[in-house]
Amino acid sequence: MNQIELYNITKRYPGCIANQAVELKVGTGEIHALLGENGAGKSTLMKIIYGVVKPDEGVVRWEDEIISVKGPSHARDLGIGMVFQHFSLFETLTVAENIALSLPKAESASMDILKQRIIEVSEHYGMKLDPNRHVHSLSIGEQQRVEIVRCLLQDVKLLILDEPTSVLTPQEVETLFKTLRILSTEGCSILFISHKLDEVRALCDQATILKAGKVSGHCIPKDTTTEELARLMVGDDTPLTEDYKKAEGDHTFLTISDLSYESDDPFACTLKNISLEVKAGEILGIAGVAGNGQEELLNLISGEDTSNKKTVLFDGKAVGHLTPEKRRILGLGFVPEERLGRGAVPNMSLQENGLLTGYQGELTANGLIKTNKVKDFAHRIIDRFNVKSSGIDAQAKSLSGGNLQKYIIGREILQNPKLLVCSHPTWGVDIGAAILIRHELIKLRDEGCSVLVVSEDIDELYSISDRICAICDGEISPIAPTHDVSINQLGMWMAGDFTFIQDSKEAE
Amino acid sequence: MLNFTLEKRPSDSKTMSYLSPIFAIVLTLVSGGLLFTLLGKDPFHALYTFFILPLTDIYGWTELAVKVAPLTLCAMGLMLCFKAKIWNIGAEGQFILGGLGGGYIALELMNAEGFWVLPLVLLFGALSGLLWAALTALLKTRFGANEILTTIMLNYIALNWLLYSVHGPLKDPDGFNFPESALFSEFATLPVLSDDYRLNISIFFALFAVAAIWALMSKTLLGFQISVLGEDKAAARFAGFKAERLTWFALLTCGALAGLAGVSEVTGSIGQLNPYISPGYGYAAIIVVFLGRMHPVGILFASMLLALTYLGGEMAQMDLALPKSLTGLFQGMLLFYLLACDLLISYRIVRKPSARLTSSSSSNSAQA
Repeated sequence: MNQIELYNITKRYPGCIANQAVELKVGTGEIHALLGENGAGKSTLMKIIYGVVKPDEGVVRWEDEIISVKGPSHARDLGIGMVFQHFSLFETLTVAENIALSLPKAESASMDILKQRIIEVSEHYGMKLDPNRHVHSLSIGEQQRVEIVRCLLQDVKLLILDEPTSVLTPQEVETLFKTLRILSTEGCSILFISHKLDEVRALCDQATILKAGKVSGHCIPKDTTTEELARLMVGDDTPLTEDYKKAEGDHTFLTISDLSYESDDPFACTLKNISLEVKAGEILGIAGVAGNGQEELLNLISGEDTSNKKTVLFDGKAVGHLTPEKRRILGLGFVPEERLGRGAVPNMSLQENGLLTGYQGELTANGLIKTNKVKDFAHRIIDRFNVKSSGIDAQAKSLSGGNLQKYIIGREILQNPKLLVCSHPTWGVDIGAAILIRHELIKLRDEGCSVLVVSEDIDELYSISDRICAICDGEISPIAPTHDVSINQLGMWMAGDFTFIQDSKEAE
Repeated sequence: MLNFTLEKRPSDSKTMSYLSPIFAIVLTLVSGGLLFTLLGKDPFHALYTFFILPLTDIYGWTELAVKVAPLTLCAMGLMLCFKAKIWNIGAEGQFILGGLGGGYIALELMNAEGFWVLPLVLLFGALSGLLWAALTALLKTRFGANEILTTIMLNYIALNWLLYSVHGPLKDPDGFNFPESALFSEFATLPVLSDDYRLNISIFFALFAVAAIWALMSKTLLGFQISVLGEDKAAARFAGFKAERLTWFALLTCGALAGLAGVSEVTGSIGQLNPYISPGYGYAAIIVVFLGRMHPVGILFASMLLALTYLGGEMAQMDLALPKSLTGLFQGMLLFYLLACDLLISYRIVRKPSARLTSSSSSNSAQA
């Protein structure tokens, strides 16, 4: 008997079909992977199963009975649990209080019994959790455990995990996989959404691959190579990987020395004595789980927050106190993590968004906008970076993530920066665009620009960085040439263990 | 079974954003007609009296322009603020302060002669409005006080200050104890365009403001920065635009324009200070900005329509024996319908059969 079967599921949104005639069968106790690129329709399908979204067409069979999931609480009653990519926890409440909120009244009546159950369940599945701690004091990995335990307390028969590993260090991923394997042997079905092929091959029994809203294939991941899986995900025409030569830069352009920063926001990360250098002609990659101080550090480099004058130097000049536009004059280019709503104004056209950071050059004179130059600039970005759009008057929000990111990166690169800072440059971007972006970053490096990349995508950092390090809890790990740092070593750094095993190659 | 639902459009409809004001006007006219019928009047005759009759002679058109001038001046300033998403409701107070400040100088210079008097009076009026707006800017940038609340409160303070002044220190000593100031001297009075009508040169101030603000918003980096600030604060910060300075600029400009409107009103068609120097121009200007789609030319047309509601109210009072408060009623309906129709810019109405039917048919087959 299959735990859940979906037939012919179709969901249309204005302007796009998120799912088209999708079929999916998950057996009892099976770990089933749902693979696909960003925008392939994975999340929509999961939301349909969990009752958040209603399908336009199609049938859902649960334990051999046709059902219509009325909503998340109905899904929970059926025994479907879901861990979203973005957690829904109250940071100021304790673990037990958070869990109690989602349980039926009868079960959460006695906090003592509940705490006892939380301890039992979490230990049984090998993910220790202290019910009395406040959520804001937990690491992201631990917060995820709260979400999972919350599902497990409710007699779950199907557990859906949406990109669960994207926020975890490699070591934490291992722990999670152990838990999931125990669950599966106990008969719980697991639907594992991911685009990380190695993880799917290590964990899952079956895989269904989605491409542009349709099922593009089924396979047994253990018997399929990573390349074959990738082909099913992206189609035949895109190149999959590229190897870049590593470079050594010459003189130092960006120097950060002994930078400490405490934000007014109590939930922001405090930076502690950060020092690093980026040379002209090299790419420095900073790995790390989100929320460990990346945002704060980048804001201090961009000038959106300011610090002591001498903690940030551009080419030897103290800029820590300067505003963003003054740092841009000195050669800063910046690609923020948020594309819409920071990197670009959603409701404004592409040409206006070109002016957004290009306003200091030849696009204006004496405070007047030179419309022809602005249009020309937008055309140049679109041509050179192959941005697919309806033209320079298209609203930024009408572009796909990948095309908008190409436009934003192009806008910064065409201003000939001496330092380009990129936050998650290929997050949520299709593979074709990601390759173009990486290629452009390498090209920029070879032209002698300093490039700083902050990313959660370890594979990407290994691919493009010349030197690599990690940030954890507001501190920077040792920085070393990329080929001297093993995955294990980087994982330890990401988890806050800053010892440097010199012979990391052998340790691997 | 007809089942309609709202569905988000993939992108905002440009057509709808222009059609929406027209729909709103039509709906307002229909509702107005209905209202007149309920009041026992012939709806067509009443609407004719309200909207057409005032414009059947040259005098009517000049009177329209008399009211267009202050409305447009206030609305241009408000547009600047609203573009930056600074919800300045205080044009009314800034208008009154402009009138009061300019009027005070005009009374001080009662016996002065020369062509420098009028510019000084106008300048002082604009400055008074500017300073009144500066209070809001200070409270907002320094303490993060919500400008909607502070401007509304300052409106009441401004009005009470005016009332105090005309009942007390600025009351005309020879005015039989009426709460009015003395009439200003001819050197502190705006020249009229023709001796037969009340229309004065303040209409040129308004047209100049339209041109200036249009150029500012479409041609200059400063205008672009204001738009970005309103659309997306994070992007403005990222690009290095200075939010505080832009906030100050928008509010002070608005204050100065509304102040100029106020002082032009007292030195123009009124000629003295009294408790009624503003029939709510500062509030009506808010409707003007939205009805005019935040575009200078649109605002000019919207000003004309709103000005007409003032004339129509007076006409209805005279010819139909209906209360003048009809003006406020029509203005209110217009804004109400406009906001409702604006929903259709981002949403469209579709017939919705599908989702519910599929799920119910699938549960039927389950029973079978």
